[in-house]
Amino acid sequence: MRLDGPVAVGLGDLDEVGDPTRSGIRPALGWRVAAAAVALLAAAPILTLVVLALDGSVGLWPHLVAHVLPRAAANTALLLAGVGSLAAGIGCGTAWLVTAYRFPGRGVLAWALILPLAIPTYIAAYAYLDVLHPVGPVQSWLRWLLGYQSAREFRLPDIRSMTGCILLLSFVLYPYVYLTTRAMFLTQAATLIDASRTLGASYGAAFTRVALPLARPAIAVGVSLVLMETLNDIGASEFLGIQTLTVSIYATWVNRSDLAGAAQIALVLLVPVAGLVAAERFGRRQRSFAASAQRPRRLEPRPLGRTAGMLALALASLPVLVGFVVPAAYLAWSAWARIAFAGLSQGLLATTWNTVSVSAAGTLGALALGLIVAYAGRAAPGRIASLAARLSLAGYAVPGTVLAIGVLYGVGALDRAVAWAASTLAGASVGLVLIGSGAAMVLAYTLRFLAIATGSVEGGLSRIPPSLDGAARTMGAGTLRTLYAVHLPLAKPALASGAILIFVDCMKELPATLLLRPLNFETLATRLYGEAARGTYEDASIAALLIVLVSLLPVAVLARLGQDGR
Amino acid sequence: MLFFRTARKLAWVAVVLVSSAAGGAAAELNLYTTREPGLVQPLIDAFQASTGTKVNTIFLKDGLAERVASEGINSPADMLMTVDVGRLVELVDKGLTQPVRSPALDGAVPPQLRDPEGHWFALSLRARVLYAAKGLGLTRFAYEELASPKWKGKVCIRSAQHPYNTALIASFIAHHGADETKTWLEGLKANLARKAAGGDREVARDIMGGICDIGIANSYYVGLMASGKGGPEQQAWAKAIKVVLPTFENGGTQVNVSGAAIAKNAPNRAQAIAFLEYLVSKDAQKTYAEANFEYPVRADVAPDPIIAAFGELKVDPTPLTKIARFRMEASRLAEQVGFDN
Repeated sequence: MRLDGPVAVGLGDLDEVGDPTRSGIRPALGWRVAAAAVALLAAAPILTLVVLALDGSVGLWPHLVAHVLPRAAANTALLLAGVGSLAAGIGCGTAWLVTAYRFPGRGVLAWALILPLAIPTYIAAYAYLDVLHPVGPVQSWLRWLLGYQSAREFRLPDIRSMTGCILLLSFVLYPYVYLTTRAMFLTQAATLIDASRTLGASYGAAFTRVALPLARPAIAVGVSLVLMETLNDIGASEFLGIQTLTVSIYATWVNRSDLAGAAQIALVLLVPVAGLVAAERFGRRQRSFAASAQRPRRLEPRPLGRTAGMLALALASLPVLVGFVVPAAYLAWSAWARIAFAGLSQGLLATTWNTVSVSAAGTLGALALGLIVAYAGRAAPGRIASLAARLSLAGYAVPGTVLAIGVLYGVGALDRAVAWAASTLAGASVGLVLIGSGAAMVLAYTLRFLAIATGSVEGGLSRIPPSLDGAARTMGAGTLRTLYAVHLPLAKPALASGAILIFVDCMKELPATLLLRPLNFETLATRLYGEAARGTYEDASIAALLIVLVSLLPVAVLARLGQDGR
Repeated sequence: MLFFRTARKLAWVAVVLVSSAAGGAAAELNLYTTREPGLVQPLIDAFQASTGTKVNTIFLKDGLAERVASEGINSPADMLMTVDVGRLVELVDKGLTQPVRSPALDGAVPPQLRDPEGHWFALSLRARVLYAAKGLGLTRFAYEELASPKWKGKVCIRSAQHPYNTALIASFIAHHGADETKTWLEGLKANLARKAAGGDREVARDIMGGICDIGIANSYYVGLMASGKGGPEQQAWAKAIKVVLPTFENGGTQVNVSGAAIAKNAPNRAQAIAFLEYLVSKDAQKTYAEANFEYPVRADVAPDPIIAAFGELKVDPTPLTKIARFRMEASRLAEQVGFDN
């Protein structure tokens, strides 16, 4: 199969095919029930938040409205606008460059542009503060070059600022836009761009007047992923001193022991998120690109002259350099220095194994639930299916800490009930079944990244013409069998790319892992955090490097999926 | 294929998790801590070696109280360990601790460093000190001076919402009242050389980098940096600063504690108490002093020479529990003046 995996990544699907109900599939009750169950599960942490929020007083709000929210909301809006537009610019620009033109290094860049996905934003923040600090390598070298003796005579502006935070997040998060947009340029746009060229449009005009408008839904999907990541980021923005709404939730909870207040702010934060989701849906409204069962035609890149080629190379390398090469090289260098200085600490292998295991479990969980939601949308479309699709976004839309608290309280109640039932009915003591086993942690991963799973399954399924469903049903196959024998094999690339993104995200996940893991259970991220919290970033660098290395493998596979069909 | 492979992995995860959750039959105790693993590990290792009791740990960032509370009566937690007096008091307020009476504990920990009913015990002390650029030649300093226009654009400090700073602001309230504290915070905010963010060590690095001249940070970081434990780079940061023990104009140096409590539903209560008693023993207190560069709670254990070189610590007499009570107000005041903006 030569389907484009990455195009399917997103909150939804880029291509909306004809209504499956018309192809003769009868609504299946089983799928409705399953979708309803997933919807309930996805909504549970939010419902828990509502309960927590109602538990407190609203006495906090006058203070918040007077002193905190206006500033935090303005900061958040500025950050979102900045990161959203910059990431969109970088993502679309590079996607167009490597798709439409032939220049030196293009083949490498086409996949290298995805690499920043392997760098967690908080690690990028740590790394850049070190690299760009007045006593760090860059400024020391600059001073040497310019003949200054000390940092008191000459130094560059501090990275701990809104501008620094916007730049940093944009250069690490743009691959979401790059992935979705490039796949669109590669396939859907080819015919129309060629047509516009035949009609005499220049390449530039073909980009602005044909490719870009065509790619709007893909850009919307990519950008909304970037914005959600930005919105629920706490590591980088807290580290760089940007007071966002998420940081305010955090201060309210942690420093004033006001969990109810924090839950109230978190719920209010859901309003702009709902707006985002609506905007994303609006962005790709009434877009229908008939997916045919034939192989889509590819855009033939145009060779560039020497100067233009070098310029293109420089432009397209910059995001890779800033988003991946510099932080990764810095991590490698400081990890090396640390190993030489203190040796490898024990248990790193076990920690890596833990990380891979729980990430795999979380990925599997998210994919399974995502499959139910997305397939219900095809086999049994209706209110329940679309409600489930919307609710599956909930976990991705709230800050990780908030989701973790929601899961903790929900699962805690369940655990208490199970233990009570076991001791009353059987006189047995079972302890904490869900928290103690790590199931709570895996559940948190599942719910957090369900949005990505649902999106990629939806994407993969929608490229399959409904006529195949009809054919399978005519031959007597039920929906389950059709799913297994027809849809899953066809949607495999999309599922695989979704799985990879989820896996990498699980590896990087910190707040839920910290709060919900069992005793004696370390992942690379918690280890990294433990060291970084002591300020021993050098120790942390080894764990950070391992996160990047282990993520690189799946990201490389993802890149290959995108290359297929060249 | 992908599904089968992942399913096999999942089965492994289940095996690993169940076996790690089940544990053995030997004496054990479960420690929930917000202290970084690297800081407590040497103490755990020593305790395990001398008693044979296995210590299981979970290091949490935030949400210690929430985690234990939602685990409820079946919580495996025996000992809860954290920093900052406010967090210790919070554990007690939420009914997650139980009182302990032990002559060994009462003998080792002075009364002002433990809960009167034995709900929590301080295990180590840290002072909120001044890091100053070496060239300044400062020898004395009052916290009140941080707001003096003399230091405009020259002060570095982490977020006011970090518990260390919240406790400092709360102490200021205890000394001067809320109104004066607000004015002080506004003055300090106006003096900041950069955003109130990052960690305490960055104060030293930023002083070395010429971003600021003075800053407020915890005492033990100096030991961690100067001793070379953080690598050669941090040794250079420590060399760039001189540490002054500041005082309140009408008091002493602000200190905070790290401490521990026995969980209300501790399944291994005896082991937990034994561990607590070990932590205040001379041996363990020496480790706190020498490995972590904290001030010991015992009068008969000396601080590390690097720390002792700051001069004699004159602890501010404001009771810790009083500081904990002003925590909420301190946090709100910081928001009112937009300290972290």
